[in-house]
Amino acid sequence: MESFLSRYRNLSVLLLLVVGQLMLLAYQVKAREDVPLIRVWAVTAVTPLAKSIEWVRSGGGGFFKNYVFLQAAETENQRLKREVGELRLKNQLLTSEIQTADRAKVLAEFRAHAPSKTLPVRVIGTGTGANSRVVYVDRGSADGVKRGMAAIVPEGIVGRVIAAYPTAALVQLITEPGSIAGVVSQKNKVRGTLKGNGADTCVVDYVQNQEKLDMGEWFYTTGADRVFPKGLPVGQVKMVRDGRTGKEIVISPSGLLAGIDEMLIVIDGVHGLIPEPAAPASTEVSILAAPPAEGGTGVEAASSQSGSLTDADRLKEKYRKIGESQGIDFGGTKGRVVDFNKPVTPGAPGQPGAGQAGAGQAGGVQPPAAGSVKPAAGGAQTAPAQPAATGTVKPPQTGSGQPAGVKPPAARTAEPGKQ
Amino acid sequence: MTGIDDRLLPDLPVKSKVSRFRPVAYIVPPLIAILFQVYVPRFVDFLSYLELPLLVTVYFALMRRQPVAGAVIGSAIGLVQDSLSQHPLGLFGIVKTLVGYFAASISQRFDVENVALRFILSFFFFLFNQFFAWVLERGLLGQAVELQVPQTIIFGFLNAVVAVPLFMVLDRLKTEEM
Repeated sequence: MESFLSRYRNLSVLLLLVVGQLMLLAYQVKAREDVPLIRVWAVTAVTPLAKSIEWVRSGGGGFFKNYVFLQAAETENQRLKREVGELRLKNQLLTSEIQTADRAKVLAEFRAHAPSKTLPVRVIGTGTGANSRVVYVDRGSADGVKRGMAAIVPEGIVGRVIAAYPTAALVQLITEPGSIAGVVSQKNKVRGTLKGNGADTCVVDYVQNQEKLDMGEWFYTTGADRVFPKGLPVGQVKMVRDGRTGKEIVISPSGLLAGIDEMLIVIDGVHGLIPEPAAPASTEVSILAAPPAEGGTGVEAASSQSGSLTDADRLKEKYRKIGESQGIDFGGTKGRVVDFNKPVTPGAPGQPGAGQAGAGQAGGVQPPAAGSVKPAAGGAQTAPAQPAATGTVKPPQTGSGQPAGVKPPAARTAEPGKQ
Repeated sequence: MTGIDDRLLPDLPVKSKVSRFRPVAYIVPPLIAILFQVYVPRFVDFLSYLELPLLVTVYFALMRRQPVAGAVIGSAIGLVQDSLSQHPLGLFGIVKTLVGYFAASISQRFDVENVALRFILSFFFFLFNQFFAWVLERGLLGQAVELQVPQTIIFGFLNAVVAVPLFMVLDRLKTEEM
């Protein structure tokens, strides 16, 4: 035995190492338990270094940039160029600071209004291995972070905590293979399972080909996975097509689009509501109300006052007035014919208010009494005789409380199909 | 050398120069390589393709020319890498153990100071590393991970490009050659 081991010493050591690690691996897989001690040591050992690097980067980065830049400018001895460079750099720095402040502000506001209890964290490192899609954050079990908690940003979900160490936690991004979440589409209510595919996008599985799904449609969490609270945005459909076993859906995760420097760990999740989709572009036709009566002809004003709207009504009213001014009662006076070429005489018998009309009212017909029909002073001043024409036909209310297609009050709106 | 190796490679010239390093050289470069992989891609995203722990493993295994030493170095670096990854402990450990062992075995037959050979070996062991990691992830962990062959080949090439100057830097850590 001894000679065998000495002869095959290399292979023996190799087998020993491989088998030992295989057993370690098998134990973790079978028992679904980690070996926390080694990880805790390793993470705790490197976390202070990571925090220091992050502190130096965020705090002193601008100083070093300025310093290096100024050195170069002095050697060039070009004052104008230096000033422009300084301003550019300062602008860049301020822009960066504003962006950082904006991001922090957005996160703080989101945190304040989010129903779930969350903990803000900062990313301090990434996982090892090429194409690793896990990140380390600067809060750990000492701050209440536990394995299985969700990581989110205002724009959407980010991932979930897969390991919590005293001083740091490991967050698996939703794009990492093996990460899953229950999702539902916003518009068509298509349910599926979000899976990471190791790229910058995710796929949604278990959706039948018969389901309807639109490009650009939003997906939200369902809460069924017990990790992500319901109602959090996930992303928009980037590609959808029928596949062999179901729809092939690729979505771009909204939470990862802008990069992740800070995020929120959901300490105590509260389910929310999935917002209704925004109303589509209105297809309604707007019909303006009739213009207010003009004072040009007394006949038209009177017609408007009496509620006659059509040309025939106005013509009929005009003839009636002419007849009355000549003392002819249509249908009652026999033997006399109305002279329609004769203008309407002011003060003629039968004319209401005869003799009181001013010189400007050459038509002979008394204009509407003050207060009943006012001169047109804008579109809102509609004829009082047409109150019904100023109504607004409202479309069905959307769930978000925003009535789609709100029209000005003086306009009549109706859907074309209903006309 | 085992009997199997002797039968497989009977006529190749044997290069038996063994490099030695200070103990700290076995600790600091691997640690820097691992920390680089943890923190640098956070600021420079495209550098995430760099598999520096692997390159360091390959280097020490090649220069030590002892399969046992190569396997032990690979195992240690892999386990530290595992402890900072999302995978169960042992995944990178096993892969890098194999890498270290085979790199050391190969180095017994070739002139590992040659730049071209270093480039080729780095490229080959990157593919080896990625392939075995993929096999273990699928076979042992049951994860539906896809091996993106074109991307892996490109990354292998880039890693090999980086490996050449990196090995030259690491050569400065050698104390003696026997």
